[in-house]
Amino acid sequence: MLAPALILTLIFKYGPMYGAIIAFKDFSPIKGIMGSEWVGLHNFEKFLSSPNFTVIFMNTLKLSLFGLILGFPVPILLALMLNQVRRAGVKKNIQLLLYAPNFISVVVVVGMLFIFLSPTGPINQLFSLITNEPIMFMSKPEYFRWIYILSDIWTGAGWASIIYVAALANVDPELHNAANLDGANLLQRIRHIDLPIIRPIMAIVFILAAGNIMSIGFEKAYLMQTATNLPTAEIIPTYVYKIGLQAGDYAYSSAVGLFNSVINVILLVTVNFIVKKLNEGEGLY
Amino acid sequence: MFIKHSRLDRLILALNSTFLILAVLMVVLPLIYVVIASFMDPSVLLNHGLSFNISDWSLEGYKKILTNPAMIRGFGNAVFYASAFAILTVMVSICAGYALSDDRLKGRSLFMTLFLITMFFGGGLVPTYLLVKNLGLLNTVWAVIIPGAVNIWNIILSRTFFKGVPKELREAANVDGASEMKIFLSVVLPLSKPIIFVLALYAFVGQWNSYFDAMIYLDNPSLHPLQLVLRSILIQNQVDPSMISDQLAMAEMKKLSEIIKYAAIVVSSLPLLVMYPFFQKYFEKGVMVGSLK
Repeated sequence: MLAPALILTLIFKYGPMYGAIIAFKDFSPIKGIMGSEWVGLHNFEKFLSSPNFTVIFMNTLKLSLFGLILGFPVPILLALMLNQVRRAGVKKNIQLLLYAPNFISVVVVVGMLFIFLSPTGPINQLFSLITNEPIMFMSKPEYFRWIYILSDIWTGAGWASIIYVAALANVDPELHNAANLDGANLLQRIRHIDLPIIRPIMAIVFILAAGNIMSIGFEKAYLMQTATNLPTAEIIPTYVYKIGLQAGDYAYSSAVGLFNSVINVILLVTVNFIVKKLNEGEGLY
Repeated sequence: MFIKHSRLDRLILALNSTFLILAVLMVVLPLIYVVIASFMDPSVLLNHGLSFNISDWSLEGYKKILTNPAMIRGFGNAVFYASAFAILTVMVSICAGYALSDDRLKGRSLFMTLFLITMFFGGGLVPTYLLVKNLGLLNTVWAVIIPGAVNIWNIILSRTFFKGVPKELREAANVDGASEMKIFLSVVLPLSKPIIFVLALYAFVGQWNSYFDAMIYLDNPSLHPLQLVLRSILIQNQVDPSMISDQLAMAEMKKLSEIIKYAAIVVSSLPLLVMYPFFQKYFEKGVMVGSLK
């Protein structure tokens, strides 16, 4: 019964890992993966020494790092806030609304961004009361990260709060009653009762997010790119796609992709190690 | 509840409600805007913004979008891809999860490790593309359906579920002389409806909303799913000329294309948004099971 999953995994997950050796070759489609010449780390050196490298690497790092810093606390705050809503029906309805954007596709979310932030769009109509010139949100590199991160929070924060909401629902009300009798106010109770309960989950969510720092979504960044915002909008995944599948430089593109994967794994292991130290031995593994 | 609220507590609770209401408004207002805008008369929308006057409304956008052949075909393709993908994913994950939940399976931890590695490390875009190409799947529906069908998360989810199914049930069936296959099909599967439902929902929604695989593997426009059609309308601004008659001036075309975008958003997102409240508890269940290892 394990066979279908095993076979599919070997073909479609391990197959590409084997294929990734083209990163170390001067790949020619005619000679195939085995027949092509070995070139060692040439393709990696080419990427690391290219003028694009620093820009694209830093773009990737900044986009996801800022995204993590800004986005990580929001679901936790939402969950703590929802937890204070005492009427179950009201809470349910708020959750229903907050989760909704999670079911809207990336294409539609980015489509909405283009419409809302266009020079004649509703946001600029609002801003026109303050500024005379419309702001070119989507074409200016300086706005890209903000738009990307804030819209990510808009789409996913509500949904991401589920897991914390569930953990908080398991808090024994007696704990709060007892603390209340002892004179603890609401903030003190949140800090000393609610937060410690969700701390292990926070650690795991954080590790997973940090481990994915370099693999932030191709899907959204690619759609949000315009001819003029590329100085900040080009990230490793979109670069890999462009040089690989669009320009056809398979070997070089694979090297860049592999470089990215390796950094990811290193980050995951490092973050897990640090969190484990800080979190009394509670890590992902 | 015996909790007594001090003045400070009440202030915090009031602030809490305010922030929650703000959060809900921030989520909901853009959606309401899109829905109302999609019903607006194009020229009124462009010159005056939203209007709540019925005479300023029109169904022009919906007429164009619902009669657009690319849109209809994309919708049909998306239904097919999402359903086929969901069925395949569920079958693969349930079988693997069931096998891995059984203590008698030798080398379980080895298999688990083999699966888990793929969660954090992969060959990358180009090798995956070359593989799909070499297998001859390019420009076939299989390219969208098969490569993503095995998903470690789903296998873990179903393994966790099956671990919760009492062993005694299986043993009793065994005593009654049922074969392994019979036990799985007539004892375990009927109990697995919740997990099947959860996995199928996740797979369906995920596939419905994705565009990337289709973009790289499918050149043939007649195979394109809804999201790719939407991409060309919403992001590449390629409103199909056949949707707008040639006699209209450029300015008119621009107005109309805005309305078409709003209508396209509503038409493509509404099915999921309408259905999701009914399935919310299942989605939540999926998140929960997945989080408890």
